[in-house]
Amino acid sequence: MKLILDPAQAMLAKTASDFANKHDPVDRQRQLRNDKSELGYSPAVWSEMADLGWTGIPFAEDLGGLGMGMAEAVLISESMGEALAPEPFISAVIFAGSLIEALGTTEQKQAWLQPTIEGQKRLAVAHQEQATRFDPAHCTTTAEQVDGGWRLTGTKAHVIDGYDANGWVVAARTSGGDRDEDGISLFIVAAGANGATCTHQARVDSRNASTLVLAGAPGELLGGVDGGGPALSEAIDRATVALCGEMLGMVREAFERTIEYLKTREQFGAKIGTFQALQHRAAEMFVEIELCKSVVMGAARTLDEDGDVSNRIAQVANAKARCSDTVILVTNEALQMHGGVGMTDEYDIGLFMKRARVCELTFGDASYQRNRFAKAQGF
Amino acid sequence: MSDLETFRSETRSWLEANAPDALRGKRNDPEAVPWGGRNPNYKYPECADWLDLMAAKGFTAPTWPTEYGGGGLSREEASVLDQELMDLELPPGLTGFGLSMIGPTLLQYGTDQQKQEHLPNITGGKIRWCQGYSEPNAGSDLASLASAAVRDGDEFVINGQKIWTSGADHADCIFMLTRTETSGKKQAGITFILVDMDQDGVEVRPILLVSGASPFCETFFRNARAKVSNVIGEINGGWTVAKALLTFERNMIGGMAAARTSLPDLGAEYLGRNDDGSLADPILRDEIAQMEMDALSFGLTVQRNADAVKSGKQPGPESSMFKYYGTELNMRREQLMLSIREQQGLGWEGDGYSTDELVQTRAWLRSRGNSIEGGTSEVQLNIISKRVLGLPG
Ligand SMILES: Cc1cc2nc3c(=O)[nH]c(=O)nc-3n(C[C@H](O)[C@H](O)[C@H](O)COP(=O)(O)OP(=O)(O)OC[C@H]3O[C@@H](n4cnc5c(N)ncnc54)[C@H](O)[C@@H]3O)c2cc1C
Repeated sequence: MKLILDPAQAMLAKTASDFANKHDPVDRQRQLRNDKSELGYSPAVWSEMADLGWTGIPFAEDLGGLGMGMAEAVLISESMGEALAPEPFISAVIFAGSLIEALGTTEQKQAWLQPTIEGQKRLAVAHQEQATRFDPAHCTTTAEQVDGGWRLTGTKAHVIDGYDANGWVVAARTSGGDRDEDGISLFIVAAGANGATCTHQARVDSRNASTLVLAGAPGELLGGVDGGGPALSEAIDRATVALCGEMLGMVREAFERTIEYLKTREQFGAKIGTFQALQHRAAEMFVEIELCKSVVMGAARTLDEDGDVSNRIAQVANAKARCSDTVILVTNEALQMHGGVGMTDEYDIGLFMKRARVCELTFGDASYQRNRFAKAQGF
Repeated sequence: MSDLETFRSETRSWLEANAPDALRGKRNDPEAVPWGGRNPNYKYPECADWLDLMAAKGFTAPTWPTEYGGGGLSREEASVLDQELMDLELPPGLTGFGLSMIGPTLLQYGTDQQKQEHLPNITGGKIRWCQGYSEPNAGSDLASLASAAVRDGDEFVINGQKIWTSGADHADCIFMLTRTETSGKKQAGITFILVDMDQDGVEVRPILLVSGASPFCETFFRNARAKVSNVIGEINGGWTVAKALLTFERNMIGGMAAARTSLPDLGAEYLGRNDDGSLADPILRDEIAQMEMDALSFGLTVQRNADAVKSGKQPGPESSMFKYYGTELNMRREQLMLSIREQQGLGWEGDGYSTDELVQTRAWLRSRGNSIEGGTSEVQLNIISKRVLGLPG
C-alpha cells in the first residue's frame, strides 16, 4: 500500500475541504447548538453532500455509488472534522450503509441503500447498550420469532444520529449468553414501527444521539440468523476509521489555530511562541499529528485491501487509540495555550474539546483498543 | 512470479549457499557485524569473508549506484534483502559511518573525483570512518566550533580538539568540521574536510561510557594535514554539507528503533500466559501493546515519508521528527525490556545471567545516548518548532 494521495484523491480532498469551509465552519455547529436542534445537523447541507455524490462514496457503482473506498471516505470525514460539520456521513453512509451493502437482500438495498445514496433516507446503527464498555458482543436486547416475523425487545443507548432517522439497524440476541460473540443477529426496524420509541439524548457536543426503546417492535432480519457479529464488527471498524479521519481533521484545525495564537499573543513583551516551554509542547504535538496522519492512511488502506482479520484489527485499533489520545492531547493543550479566552463559550476551542471527548469515547477509547490490539496479535 | 519474488528467492538461495556458518544466528551480536577498515581485528574471523562476499554482490550498500560498488537495488529490493538476512538471523555485510553518513553525503555533494576516490573504499569496507563534529565547547551549539584549518599550498593544516568521536580509536579517516574563517556569521566560516588519521598530527584517547564500553574518544589535532581536494562542498561552505549529513545521521539513529526482539515473545517468556493466551501481567501487557502500537505508527510514518520522497518531495527538517521520536521509542523499548526481564535484567557480568540478559543491560545503558548523539532531543524539538512550525525567537 502506498501512503500518499493519488491525484484523484488529492482533488477529492481539496473539494471536500472547500465544501466544508464554504458552510460557515464551526459557526454552523455553534448555531445548531444555540438553537437546541435535536436533529443536530442541517438537512440542506446533507442534501448538498448527496448531490456531490459523497453519500455513495464506498458503494458499488451498479448501486449508484462511486465505487471508492475508505481511503476516500476518510478525506471527507477529515474535512468535516476540520469544520466541525455535524452531518451524518459516518453513521448513515459508512456505518449503516456498509452493513446494508454487505448483508442486505436486493430488496433491502433498494429500500434503504439507494435512498441513502440519493440523500432521501438514512439509517442509524443501534448496536450498543448502557454500560457495555464498547463491547459489541455484550448484547441483551432480544429478538423472537412471532408469526413468521421478528419482534425485538430491549433498550439501545448512544445511537449515533439515531434521532429522526428513517430506521435503525439493531443488534439483538437470537441465541447464546449476554456476552457471547455468537448469537447476535441484525435487524432493520423502521421508524414509526409499533413498540419502537426513540428519544433524543443531549450530549456535550450538541449532536444527534438517542436512546431506542424496543418493546416487541417488529424487525426485518438483515443477513443470517445468529451470524451478525463478524459483519457488525467489520462495519464498526469502518466507521471507526472514518471517525479517525474526523479526529485528524479536528486535531489539525485546533493545532493550526493554536500555532497562530502563539505567533500573535504577546506577554512579557514577547510573542508567547518564543517561550521554549510552549515551543517544545507544540513540537511534540506536531510529531503526534504526523503519526496520526500515517495511521489513518494505513488503516483506511488496510480496510480497502481486505486482508486478514487480525491485521485489520491491529491497524484499526492502532489508529483509533492514537487518534483518541492525540485529539485529547491537542484540544487540551489548545485550550491551555489560549489561556483564559480558551475557557470561554464564545471561543471555538471549547467546541473542539467537547467534540473530542465524544469521538474518544465512541467505538472504544485508547485502552480498549490496546487490549483489542494485543488480543489480535496473540498476546 | 513477480520480479520482487524472483529477487527474493534468488537472494535467499545465495545467502543460504554463501553465508558463513559461524555468523548464522548471530544477528544480535554486535561483534558479528563486519566493520571493515585497514585493521579490522574481528572476534569472528569469518567477518572478513562475509564482508568480501557481500561487497562483491553490491549488498553492503544495496541502493547505491553499481559504479561505486553499490547494488543498484530499488528500495523494495533492498528491504527484501534485509528481510531475508533477518530471517536467517544473519548480520549485514558491513556497518559504519561510511555507509550511513559520509557515503550518502558524498553521493549528494561530492565531485566525481571525490566519489570515485572514496565511495568504492566505503562499499568495499576498506576504510573505516569516524565523525569529527563535537568539541568541548561546541555541542548543541555546533556552529561555534573552533578547530582551525589554515591553508598551506594545496593542503590545510589543522589544529584543535574534537570530543565524543565515536570509533575514533578504530577509524582510518575522519570527516570533520573546521573553522576557516573567524569573522562574520559563525556558520559561514566552516569547512567540511576529510582527514586521514594515520599521521603523527592526530592523537586519539578513548573515553569510558556508562555501559562499560568505550566507543568514543577525544581526538586531538596538532598540525595535522589534509589535501584541499578533500574539502567537500565549498571552502567556508561546510555548514550546508554538515547539515545534510546530520539529516542522514538522524534518519539512521531514528531508524534504529526498528524492532529486533519481539516484545510479546519476551513477555511470554518472562511473564507467562493466562489460559486465554494473554500475558499474565496485565499492566506490562498494556505497556507492550502501547509500545508495539507506537512502533507500528512510527513505521507507517517512515513509510509515508519514503513514499512522499519517492514522488518528489524534498527531505527537510522533518528528519528531526524521525530522530526525536525514533530515539525516544528505542529508549522506552529498552527500558520496557528491562522491566519485563525484571531482576534478570540487572546483570553486569558472569554467572546467573544468560548472554541475552547481559547484552540487554549494556544495550539499555547505551541507548541512553540516543537522545544526545546526533543532536539532543531538545535540539530536535527546537528545530521542529522553528523550522517546521515557524514559531518565533
Ligand atoms: C553515544 C554518543 C556518541 C556520539 N558520537 C559522536 C561522534 O561520533 N562525533 C561527534 O562529533 N559527536 C558525537 N557525539 C556528541 C553529540 O553530538 C553531543 O553530545 C551532542 O550534540 C550534545 O552536545 P553536548 O554533549 O555538548 O551537550 P550540551 O550541548 O552541553 O547540552 C546539555 C543539555 O542542554 C540542552 N540544551 C543545549 N542547548 C539547548 C537549547 N538551545 N535549548 C534547549 N536545551 C538545550 C541539551 O539538550 C542537553 O540536555 C556523541 C554523543 C553520544 C552521547
